[in-house]
Amino acid sequence: MNAAASDVRLLAAPFDPARELAAFTAAYPEAGGVVSFLGQVRAGDGVEALELRHYEPLTLPAMRALAERVRARWDLDALLVIHRSGVMEPGEPIVLVAAAARHRREAFAAADFAMDHLKSESWFWKREKSAGAWRWIEPREQDFQDIARWE
Amino acid sequence: MGIKLVFLGRIEDVAGAGELTVPFAASIEAVLADLEPELARALREPRVKLAVNGILLRDTDAPVLRHGDEIAFLPPVSGG
Repeated sequence: MNAAASDVRLLAAPFDPARELAAFTAAYPEAGGVVSFLGQVRAGDGVEALELRHYEPLTLPAMRALAERVRARWDLDALLVIHRSGVMEPGEPIVLVAAAARHRREAFAAADFAMDHLKSESWFWKREKSAGAWRWIEPREQDFQDIARWE
Repeated sequence: MGIKLVFLGRIEDVAGAGELTVPFAASIEAVLADLEPELARALREPRVKLAVNGILLRDTDAPVLRHGDEIAFLPPVSGG
């Protein structure tokens, strides 16, 4: 395995998850299994928009460090992590994680671990717009419980 | 050159802006002492982490500041 097999991106503009996943699976035909997770802006509850803010010097370097931890823990052929920043509307993709491995168990676990850590540890601050007003979202207890499963 | 302060998350609302450049002071404590009390209080909350020039500080760190330094105030992250 080499470092080139981690593709970690922080994007300020919308992306097409189906196209990204197609390119990823085509690039690693030797992987017998690819597990992916797509997070999108949840519609409902009167939410008009979601904004994710990041801090340039920390956010992407920490995402890359997380990808290295995942690669060190499971035997993967490749790992894809794409995360949005900026303002998004309901239904828009926020995050795409895909793990490619020779065997599916590794791919499932790696994608699950990567998502739990992205959700609770990555340097993003989130606010929601409803009824025309923006409101900052506080950390969720569930996210801390999710991450504790891996310790 | 002064010191550039960067406010993330809800701290931005307290500060009224995402960034603020303040006159040079040699320590973080001295920078905070010159700010509006309400903002200084929000920045001193134990759950707010600090980074100087993109390097995260540990609780015990008290760096000597230099002209042009950037201090980021990072409240708890709300997840991706």
